[in-house]
Amino acid sequence: MFSYEFMRNAFAAGTIIAIICGIMGVFVIARNMSFLTHTLSEIGFSGAAFGVFAGWAPLNGMLLFTVVSSVIVGQLSARSERREAATSAISALFIGMGILFLSLANKNASYATSILFGSVIGISAGDVQQMLWLSLLVLLVVFVIYRFLKFDSFDHTGARVKGLWTNTLSVTFLVLLALSVSVAAQIVGSLLIFILLTLPAATAKYFAHTVGGMMVLAIVLALIGVWSGLTLSYVTNYPVSFFIAAIEAIFYFIALGWQKLQTAE
Amino acid sequence: MTAAPILKLEHLGVTFPNHPVFSDLNLTIRQGEFWSIVGKNGVGKTTLMRTVLHQLRPTHGQVAYLPATNEVKIGYVPQFRNIDADYPLTIRDFVGLNLTGWKWPWLSRKEREKVQTILQRTGLEAIANRPIGQASGGEKQKAYLAQALVEAPNLLILDESTASLDPVTKTELLDLVIELNESLHLTVLFVTHDIPMARKYSSQYLMLTPNGAEQGPISGLTQEKVWEGENV
Repeated sequence: MFSYEFMRNAFAAGTIIAIICGIMGVFVIARNMSFLTHTLSEIGFSGAAFGVFAGWAPLNGMLLFTVVSSVIVGQLSARSERREAATSAISALFIGMGILFLSLANKNASYATSILFGSVIGISAGDVQQMLWLSLLVLLVVFVIYRFLKFDSFDHTGARVKGLWTNTLSVTFLVLLALSVSVAAQIVGSLLIFILLTLPAATAKYFAHTVGGMMVLAIVLALIGVWSGLTLSYVTNYPVSFFIAAIEAIFYFIALGWQKLQTAE
Repeated sequence: MTAAPILKLEHLGVTFPNHPVFSDLNLTIRQGEFWSIVGKNGVGKTTLMRTVLHQLRPTHGQVAYLPATNEVKIGYVPQFRNIDADYPLTIRDFVGLNLTGWKWPWLSRKEREKVQTILQRTGLEAIANRPIGQASGGEKQKAYLAQALVEAPNLLILDESTASLDPVTKTELLDLVIELNESLHLTVLFVTHDIPMARKYSSQYLMLTPNGAEQGPISGLTQEKVWEGENV
């Protein structure tokens, strides 16, 4: 399997994605942003389609759309009572735009499928390098603002009273999330990216009770999903995103069952 | 000897569009005092606290911290927080959230000791590694208090923090606060509807009414007075 360059690239990319998703996912879960993450992944699809239409690399189109829209979404959903509706409206608009750009770019359905569901064979060494730099940027910013982000994510009331710049933190986090979505969409596809950004962290929450512990466990669960998914996909020739989704969902259901047992005792 | 003032409200007024909440409020709070802020719902107790916390800009007058703003650290304990049964952090980790600054992501040994000291002080040491989502209402309030105290504030605001607690837990929490008030000379603002508790623990009161405010030693506050205030 590792004698093929594309599989080596896919494993390298998958490892980067698992690490970034494990760390960001913990904040996504703490900030109740699963739905917003799903929307950003759809915006990523639209951005990739725009990239194809404009003759750019899909990742660049994704970066443009997700970063710009994350700031807009952040402003529109500042009031929590309208967050769901605003997010739905933006989601619908961007899926429509994605379909339009693909149509304008005269690309066939299989191209749309590879953007939506990801592709193992399309990842070059250059892509891996770009993902690595973007991920390092995300990790560096998270490292610098870690304590503020942790306080605001896990106790928004306390952070506001402390006088932390919670609005700036929120927009910064959304931009970091947009970057992570664009990076991770390379393998699992834009439609299923939220799986890695939500499920490993959501599962970890039931077993680990410190932020650091949740991050480590979420990374491990994401790595198991990605590595197993890539291997199974190689062996069976079925889509990698299916295997990753199935493995992460199974982990999550096991966690829910475990939690139920704990509560029943 | 009279203690030094820590907080001064001077001709303070807040007006929302077409609706004055309170006006011309003057108050001097001295270090180590325990004030109860009372009054019916809607008279502006929370608005006053938000103004004191600089979350709301006053329409008139000013909130002055003495001797200087950067020397007054405020700890705030609200009535509610979004902490459900699934909330994952341990009590210890939750308390440590308040230790911020441009520092390493992990807590230093000195910071861990700070957390440990406040956990001991608030009687949470034995359950410090329990997820806070699984703690009782009283334990949660103690954890909120511990978090507010971990940075050693000199002004503590309890914003109806005891409202949802049973009488025994309420007394336990306020016993802890008065002990800190006396031993650390901590200034306390206690926003409450519970007049007997206010009389038991406070030294002064501020009563907000639709027509103004009244203040004085706590011995002057009675339930009847609050009812009268409500009917003004």
